[in-house]
Amino acid sequence: MTDHEHKDDAVPAKKVKAGKGTDAAKAESPEAESPTAESKAESTKATGTTGASVTPEDAAPARGAGGLASSGTAAGEPELEKQPPKAFLEVRDLRVHFPTQDGLVKSVDGLSFSLEKGKTLGIVGESGSGKSVTSLGLMGLHTVGQYGRQRPHLSGEIWLNGQELLTADPDEMRKLRGREISMIFQDPLSALHPFFTVGDQIVEAYRVHHKVDKKAARRRAIELLDRVGIPEPAKRFSSYPHEFSGGMRQRAMIAMSLVNNPELLIADEPTTALDVTVQAQILDLIRDLQQEFGSAVIIITHDLGVVAELSDDILVMYGGRCVEYGTAEKVFYEPQHPYTWGLLGSMPRIDRDRADRLIPVKGSPPSLINIPQGCAFNPRCPYADVPAGGVTRTERPELRETQPGHLSACHMEPEDRQRIWTEEIVPKL
Amino acid sequence: MTNSANSEPAGAATGTLTDPPEGESLLRVSGLKKHFPVTKGLFKRQVGAVLAVDGLDFDVRSGETLGIVGESGCGKSTMGRLITRLLEPTAGKIEFEGKDITHLGVGGMRPLRRDVQMIFQDPYSSLNPRHTVGSIVSAPFKLQGVQPEGGVKKEVQRLLEVVGLSPEHYNRYPHEFSGGQRQRIGIARALALNPKLVVADEPVSALDVSIQAQVVNLLDDLQQELGLTYVIIAHDLSVIRHVSDRIAVMYLGKIVELTDRQSLYGTPMHPYTQALLSAVPVPDPRRKAAQGRERILLKGDVPSPMNPPSGCRFHTRCWKATEVCRTTEPPLVPLATGHEVACHHPENAPDQQPGDTKLLRLADGVGTAG
Ligand SMILES: Nc1ncnc2c1ncn2[C@@H]1O[C@H](COP(=O)(O)OP(=O)(O)OP(=O)(O)O)[C@@H](O)[C@H]1O
Ligand code: SF4
Ligand SMILES: [Mg+2]
Repeated sequence: MTDHEHKDDAVPAKKVKAGKGTDAAKAESPEAESPTAESKAESTKATGTTGASVTPEDAAPARGAGGLASSGTAAGEPELEKQPPKAFLEVRDLRVHFPTQDGLVKSVDGLSFSLEKGKTLGIVGESGSGKSVTSLGLMGLHTVGQYGRQRPHLSGEIWLNGQELLTADPDEMRKLRGREISMIFQDPLSALHPFFTVGDQIVEAYRVHHKVDKKAARRRAIELLDRVGIPEPAKRFSSYPHEFSGGMRQRAMIAMSLVNNPELLIADEPTTALDVTVQAQILDLIRDLQQEFGSAVIIITHDLGVVAELSDDILVMYGGRCVEYGTAEKVFYEPQHPYTWGLLGSMPRIDRDRADRLIPVKGSPPSLINIPQGCAFNPRCPYADVPAGGVTRTERPELRETQPGHLSACHMEPEDRQRIWTEEIVPKL
Repeated sequence: MTNSANSEPAGAATGTLTDPPEGESLLRVSGLKKHFPVTKGLFKRQVGAVLAVDGLDFDVRSGETLGIVGESGCGKSTMGRLITRLLEPTAGKIEFEGKDITHLGVGGMRPLRRDVQMIFQDPYSSLNPRHTVGSIVSAPFKLQGVQPEGGVKKEVQRLLEVVGLSPEHYNRYPHEFSGGQRQRIGIARALALNPKLVVADEPVSALDVSIQAQVVNLLDDLQQELGLTYVIIAHDLSVIRHVSDRIAVMYLGKIVELTDRQSLYGTPMHPYTQALLSAVPVPDPRRKAAQGRERILLKGDVPSPMNPPSGCRFHTRCWKATEVCRTTEPPLVPLATGHEVACHHPENAPDQQPGDTKLLRLADGVGTAG
């Protein structure tokens, strides 16, 4: 946000941008942006953390007590287990397990986090760490789609705006999807039908949730296409997806996912398939639109540059679980988990030369059918023997708060982690 | 050329390279072009051509890593396939160790097939799923009729160890391996005949970051141990920065800038290079604000290589473009020691066409200019 403001008034003369569309729109409505900027600055100051948070697993009793005190009545009813949420989005102990011939695939295995409106949570992790299944779970899409007919075993709670989604009936879920929750995929062709024009598909998405005539819906679609920077939107309305370039398709899909002003936007690898200059346009667009609509955004990616740029908070996933959670600043500058160190150590830098050798994570990601005993990361962790008594191989570490708002799941003592990070890792980054 | 301090821009104005230092050049490319015909209708009438590679001049020096970077469709992979002679050039010349290999036939290519090897992007599709690792890695011996000392099997097992796999993997099939391991199999195969030059096309882009780092380190180790020369093609500017000694930036079938790593990332001269570098998200939340401010947002997409813009191909998206940019193609010339650029109005260097009229955009705001 703030960077955008600066961008328009503090651009060095030579850096006048060649881009138009979104920039012009931005420049014309600065007043629309400033309130968001202030409230963001405020909330950052007030709490030290930003909009999202993770509840430690062992804090469940406390949460229960808090909930009881506030509701008071109706004790003894099983529903009471489900305490109403405080945050806009609250995910509690989400588990998504797929039965397969080879065994139960525990794609998501106990994930909790929350997110406020106007904030962005970045979820990072390697392929197969459960990022996409998490987002599909939120969308209620886990029963359909990419993984075939197998119905997953689902448990936990997903609260959006005070409504629990896992127990919501399918009709209700269908209404929410596209209106309150919307998703941007890596591959726009998976979201756009090849036989219908881009415009008609956006109109359709709009009319599912709004009782308006075709003309009004068309106007809305063209407005959105324009908003996402499609040139000549009225003309492009009648194009088919294959007539668009990759970047334009991605924009068209974003237009479609935003047509109903969703309150929660989930972007799963939204720029992975795109060139870097187009990626910059799309990231800019996502950020602008979020500020404009005040939505909550979850961005799922393996690209640490993208998360650093967009996220207020970061959740690092490994083997279907959260291993580290904190503000972007904390996760990049004082990471607590050896897997996070591994991600940072693996990464070549655009902004500076690194020492000759990168420091990769050894081995490969775990099988989600046979998640290693103890800490899922222990077979790859260079520090698995630092905690005494082989505890890393027998006991699964809980997600614990090491500093306010900063959580990690590791058996090592904070002093050991501090020492290893500063003495062994930082000098090699 | 690139490292002679007294390079004369005047002499280089034709766009051709002057001589590289003696003995250093392993591969030299001049005026290299590849045009793919585009046909239409029942009779396959040619209606145009994709100018995938449209006049490249560069050399690859013994022992170095030359990085080739650019956005999709800029011709990187075509270039890779041309210099390994998997594709027949439309025009230009390729010399390997001083020998013209541009139009060598199958027989003539045979010895070259040992010296020049290629590693592909997709470890999944570049390995035949029905062949064992042993037969995949030993294929080059069979093709070349080479009998390694101690036998093929022993040599293959040694190669597997070199790339960090286990000799026991000899009888396994590709699907039993992870992406990173499959890429190692591809590397073992490329190394079998002890090549001099390895051309790697997106060798790590299909891999997760931690696995990517393993493979990058492996390539680095192998280069040091075996004295290999690499041409590494990638779209990832961070990876390219890490692996390359020198880097060529491509745009629409042309090299727009060619220089060493320090200069390219420190003082880029071509506006496109600048835009490209500024677009990469920096993995540092403290840089968030600064980066947004400095980012050069290019409008629209890369124009079609079937019908590239006149003059400087970047002029439809360039914020510095002037009239001359639209009409006259800027030659790739050294503007500093070892720093070649094709631009009339470079950054970090004297303007080549001062006082030219700023280009008025015909259709301002329309992203698909050109
Ligand atoms: N229906 C299913 N049946 C079996 N396995 C499944 C099913 N759905 C997901 N999985 C497995 O769950 C794991 C996590 O999948 P997911 O798509 O979330 O990974 P990801 O982190 O998003 O990876 P990537 O970055 O490659 O997309 C994978 O191993 C996947 O194969
Ligand atoms: S020659 Fe002109 S259009 Fe091309 S990059 Fe340089 S300034 Fe831009
Ligand atoms: Mg995924």
